Amino acid sequence: MIPSAFEYYAANSVDEALKLLAEHGDEAKILAGGHSLLPAMKLRLAAPTVLIDINPIAELRSINVGDKVTIGAMTTYASLLNSAELKAALPVIAEAVDQIGDPQVRNRGTIGGALAHADPAADLPAVILALGGTLTAQGPEGTREISIDDFFVDMLTTSLEPNELLTTITLPKMGAGEGASYVKMVQPASGYAIVGAAAWVKLNADGTVAAARVAITGAGPKPTRLEEVENALVGGASSEEAVTAASEAVSDELELLGDIHASEDYRRAMVKVYTRRAILKAIKAAS
Amino acid sequence: MSVAPTKMFGAAIKRREDPQLITGQGNYLDDIKLPGMVHAAVLRSPYGHAKILKIDTSRAQAAPGVVAVFTGADMMDINPLPCAWTAASGRVQNNINTPRALAVDVVRFVGDPVALVLAEDRYTARDALELIDVEYEPLDVVVDGRKAVEPGAPQLHENAPNNIVFEWDCGDKAKTDAAFAAAEVAVKEEIINQRLLPTPMETRGSIARYEPSTQEFTVWMTSQAPHVMRLLLTAFVFGIPESKLRCISPHVGGGFGQKIFCYNDMAFTMWAARKIGRPVKFVEDRSENFKYSTHGRDHITVAEICGTRDGKITGLRADTIANLGAYISTIAPGIPTTLYGRILSGVYKIPAAYCRVRGVYTNTAMVDAYRGAGRPEASYLIERMIDRFAAEIGMDPAEVRRKNFIQPEDFPYDNGLGLLPYDSGNYEPALDKALATIGYKDFRKEQEEARKQGRYLGVGISSYVEICGVAPSAWIGLPGEGWGAGLWESANVRVHLTGQVVVTTGSLPHGQGLETTFAQLVADELGVPYENVLVEHSDTAGTPFGYGTYGSRSAAVGGTAIHKSVTKIKEKAKKLAAHMLEANPDDMVYEDGKVYVKGSPDRSKTLAEIALQASVAYSLPEGMEPFLDETTYYDPPNCTFPFGTHIAIVEVDIETGRVDLLRYVAVDDCGPQINPLIVQGQIHGGITQGVAQALYEQAVYDENGQLLSGTLMDYAVPTAAQVPHYELDHTVTPSPVNPMGVKGAGEAGTIGSAQAVMNAIIDALSPFGVKHMQMPATPERVWRAIHSSNNHN
Ligand SMILES: Cc1cc2nc3c(=O)[nH]c(=O)nc-3n(C[C@H](O)[C@H](O)[C@H](O)COP(=O)(O)OP(=O)(O)OC[C@H]3O[C@@H](n4cnc5c(N)ncnc54)[C@H](O)[C@@H]3O)c2cc1C
Repeated sequence: MIPSAFEYYAANSVDEALKLLAEHGDEAKILAGGHSLLPAMKLRLAAPTVLIDINPIAELRSINVGDKVTIGAMTTYASLLNSAELKAALPVIAEAVDQIGDPQVRNRGTIGGALAHADPAADLPAVILALGGTLTAQGPEGTREISIDDFFVDMLTTSLEPNELLTTITLPKMGAGEGASYVKMVQPASGYAIVGAAAWVKLNADGTVAAARVAITGAGPKPTRLEEVENALVGGASSEEAVTAASEAVSDELELLGDIHASEDYRRAMVKVYTRRAILKAIKAAS
Repeated sequence: MSVAPTKMFGAAIKRREDPQLITGQGNYLDDIKLPGMVHAAVLRSPYGHAKILKIDTSRAQAAPGVVAVFTGADMMDINPLPCAWTAASGRVQNNINTPRALAVDVVRFVGDPVALVLAEDRYTARDALELIDVEYEPLDVVVDGRKAVEPGAPQLHENAPNNIVFEWDCGDKAKTDAAFAAAEVAVKEEIINQRLLPTPMETRGSIARYEPSTQEFTVWMTSQAPHVMRLLLTAFVFGIPESKLRCISPHVGGGFGQKIFCYNDMAFTMWAARKIGRPVKFVEDRSENFKYSTHGRDHITVAEICGTRDGKITGLRADTIANLGAYISTIAPGIPTTLYGRILSGVYKIPAAYCRVRGVYTNTAMVDAYRGAGRPEASYLIERMIDRFAAEIGMDPAEVRRKNFIQPEDFPYDNGLGLLPYDSGNYEPALDKALATIGYKDFRKEQEEARKQGRYLGVGISSYVEICGVAPSAWIGLPGEGWGAGLWESANVRVHLTGQVVVTTGSLPHGQGLETTFAQLVADELGVPYENVLVEHSDTAGTPFGYGTYGSRSAAVGGTAIHKSVTKIKEKAKKLAAHMLEANPDDMVYEDGKVYVKGSPDRSKTLAEIALQASVAYSLPEGMEPFLDETTYYDPPNCTFPFGTHIAIVEVDIETGRVDLLRYVAVDDCGPQINPLIVQGQIHGGITQGVAQALYEQAVYDENGQLLSGTLMDYAVPTAAQVPHYELDHTVTPSPVNPMGVKGAGEAGTIGSAQAVMNAIIDALSPFGVKHMQMPATPERVWRAIHSSNNHN
C-alpha cells in the first residue's frame, strides 16, 4: 500500500499538460481523479515515475447542453449527478453515475478518467457506448475525434495515444421516442459491475423499435456493444417477449471472463438477464 | 457539581471513549513516533511452498536510507513463537510447529516473512524490498484441508505426518453410532464453514524500544492481551526475565480475535531494536494483514443428525477437518476443539452426540480465533442440520426446535460433550419473542402468496447458545482443556484522597466500551458519580496481570473481579467509618456512597470523607492499613452461556440468484445488561459479521496458494448500506455464576446470525428442492443451486 517514488507536476492548461507528456513520455501518467490510478500505484501494479495533474485545468470541467451535450473530461461524477440540465437532456447519465462507488469516489472521479482508464468493470464506458458518444483527444499534432465504438481496445487499453489527452466527450441528446437505461449487478466488495448493461432505444410511433444500441461492461475484457441483440431488436416489437428473445441473441462467441466473484458461464447467463432488464427499462423511458 | 448517581447499571449511556476516538484524537499504534525510530518492511514469500536456496541482501543494504537488512538466519538466537493452547494437551498428540520471527530455509505460505528491512522512512524500507534477491525452489502446494490429509499430499512439517496437527474427539461414539443405527430418520450433509479474514479497521503492528543501560524493552502493540504477550515474549521467545519487558496497547482499532495472538513482528521489532540500538516500528498494510495475520474458521465437516419421525432428535455426529494454516498460531488448537466440539449440540437435548476433529496444516495463512471462535462453527452446523432434519420429516423448523430445547428445569445442564454445565437458560421465550416480532405465521401465508406470483421469500431461524466468560482455570488449563495458563482476571480499585476512584484492570477495550461499562458498575456499587470513576488498562506497567479481552469474558470475569474489589472496599470503608463515628463495625450500612449506623442514617460518613481519612491515615482502627485499595484475582467457577434466537427473512431473485435480506430480528439473552446501548452496538456489529459470512465474505486461495481475495476490492466486508436495519429485543436470564448475573455479549451476534440467513435462503428455495448450500450464498451459487435442482423449469 506504499507507492514507489514519483515526480509530480501540476498542469495549468491543456498545452502545458501536452508539453509535459511529450517531455516525459512513457514514464508519465495523467492524474485526473486518481481513484483508479492511485490505488493501482499503492498496490504497485502501476509505477509511473511522473504524474501530471490536470486538476488545475478549469476548461476541462464543463457541461454544455446545446444541440448536443459536451462534457469536459475533468468533470466529476458529482457534477454530472448534480446538473439539472444534464439530467433533463440525458437522464441515463445520472442513473448510471448514482451507481458508481460512494460519495468520495463521485466527488473525485471524472468521466474522462473513467473512459481513459478502460477498466473492464467500470460503469460509464457501457453507457457512453450505448449513447454513441464521440471523444475529442488533443495531442502534439492537434485535435482528433474518436468514435466511442473505436475507443476501447482491450482491458485497460484505449485508442488514445500515450501523448494524447482526452478533453471532451460529446453525446447526442435524448430525442422524442428515445429512452436509455443502465442496470448493474454489483460486485459486493468493489462495487464495480459483475455485469452492467446499458441500452438506448428509439421507438417508432407504432411502438416497434426503430434503432437500438446495447452495451455491456463487467463481463468481459472490455466494454462491448451487443450488435446481435441490437439487430434482433430493430424492426421488432417493444414487448417483453420480443425483448426477451432479442436478449437471447447474445453471441456465444462473445469473450467473457470468470473470476472469484462470478464464473464465465454465470456471467454469460447474466449478460442476457441484465441486457433484457436494461432494454425494457429503456423502452419504458422512451414511451 | 455532578448529579448524584441514580442507577447506572442498565443505563444506555454513550461510550466515554468515543469523543476522543471519533474526533481523531485517539492514539493508535501508527500515531506513535519515537525519537530515532526506524521503519520496518518485510519481504514475503510469493510462493505457497518453497525452499529458500539463497538470499542476497547486499543491494538493499547499500541503498541510501536503509539502516539494516536481516534474514531469518540472523535471528536464530531467539526461539520460535510459542503455542499456548494445545488440544487436550497430554491426552492428545499435538504435532506443533510455530512460526519464527522470519522463515528459515522453507517458506510455507504466500506471505511467509523472508527478510526484514529497516530504513529511515517507510517508503525507503518498502522500496528496498525490491532490491533483495531470493532464490526459491518451489515445492508442491496444498491449500484444501481435505486434500492435505490424503495420501501423497505435499507435506509441510516433518513431525506432522499427513499434515495432521492433532486428532481430537468428544462425546460418546458407541452410543451415537447406536442411536444412528436405531434411528427412524437420518440426514447427512457436508457443511463447510468458509475461511474468513477478520479485517479489523486498524491493521496490526508493533513498535519496540530497547534501553541498553537497563536491558529493558518497551513494546507498543496492537494487542488484545498485553500481559500475555509479555509473558510469551520474555519466557518463551527471548528467554529473558519477564521484568525486562513492558507491553503497552495504545488505542486498538478493533481486533475480532486477530489481535489476541503473539506475532512475529513483536519478536523481530524487539530483536532489531536491540541489535541496532534504535526504536523499530512495523505496521502492516492491508494486503499484509490479509496475507499474514490470522484468518478465521475454515472447517469442512461431514455432519449427520438423526431422530424420530415426530421430531425428536436422537443423535448428532460430526467429522471435522479444521484447516489451521501453515503453522500453529498462539491458541489455534483450542478453537476447533474445546470451543467447537464441546458445544456442538447447541440448545438441544440430544441424548447421543459425537464429534471428531482433525486439525491440519496447509499452505495458507494461520487460522485462529475469530469473533465467536468455534461457537459460530458449532452453531451454524447444528442449526443448519436442525432445518435439514425438519425439512426431511416435513415439520416446521420452529416446532422441531421447540420440541428439542433444553428445558429451564434442566439447568445446570450437562450436554455430554465434556463441557462445563450450561449455567442457566430459558430458550423458548426467546424463540417465541422472535417469532412474534417477525410475525411468523403471517409470513408463512405471505410466502405462499408470493410464490404464486413467482417471488421467492424465505424465513430462517437460528436458536443459539454459546460459551462466554471463559473460564475456570483448572478446567480450561493444562489439567483439562490444554490452555497453557490460567484464565482468571484481575482488578484493582482504589479510592484516592479526593474521593476519585481509580480502577485498573487486566481487561482492556479495543472497541467494547469497557471504560464506560466498568465505570458504570463501579459507580453504582460504590454510590459515587460515574464521572468520578477512572478506568485504567492496557499497560503492563501499572495494571495487574490479566489474560486480556476476548471470548466475551470481560464483563463476566473482568467485571466480576472489579465487583469483588469494590465489595472489599466497602467492607473496609465500613470498618473505618465505624471508627470515625465511634460505632460498632457490625452496625454499619453502606448505601449510596455513604456509611451510616443502622437505624440512625444521620450518623454517617461519605465515601470521600472515609477515603480522606484512609489516605491521610491520622486515625485508623488498630491494625488497619492506610488507603482504600483492593485487588482481586477472580477465577470464575464456570463459564456463562448466553443464548437467543435470530430470524431472517430473505427474498431471492431466482433469475439472478441475488439474495435480498429483507428483515432481521434478534432476541438475545446475555443476562442483565450493564449498558444496553453498548450491548446493541455489539449485537449490531456481530450480526453484520455473521450476515457477511452468509452472503459476502470468503477468503479464497488458488491451488498455488495465492490469496485471490487479497484486497478489499475482492474481499467483501459489507458496509451499512449492504445490511438491513436490525430489529433487536432481549430476554433476561441471569447467570448464577457471578454476582451481577452477567453473561457476555461480544460475540453472540456473530454466533447467531449466519445460519439464520442461510436457513432463510434455503427455505426460499425449497420449491426447487434445494436442501443445502455452502456459504457465502453468492448470486452465482444460489443461481446454480436453483438450476441444478430437479424442480427448475
Ligand atoms: C472505492 C472505489 C470504488 C469505485 N467504484 C466504482 C464503480 O462502482 N464503478 C466505476 O465505474 N468505477 C468505480 N471506481 C473507479 C472510479 O470511477 C475512478 O474514479 C474512475 O474509473 C477513474 O477516474 P479518475 O478521474 O479517478 O481517473 P484517474 O485514476 O486519475 O486516472 C485513471 C487513468 O486514466 C488516465 N487519464 C485520466 N484522465 C485522462 C485524460 N483526460 N486523458 C488521458 N488520460 C487520462 C490516467 O492517466 C490513468 O491512467 C471506484 C473507485 C474506488 C476507489
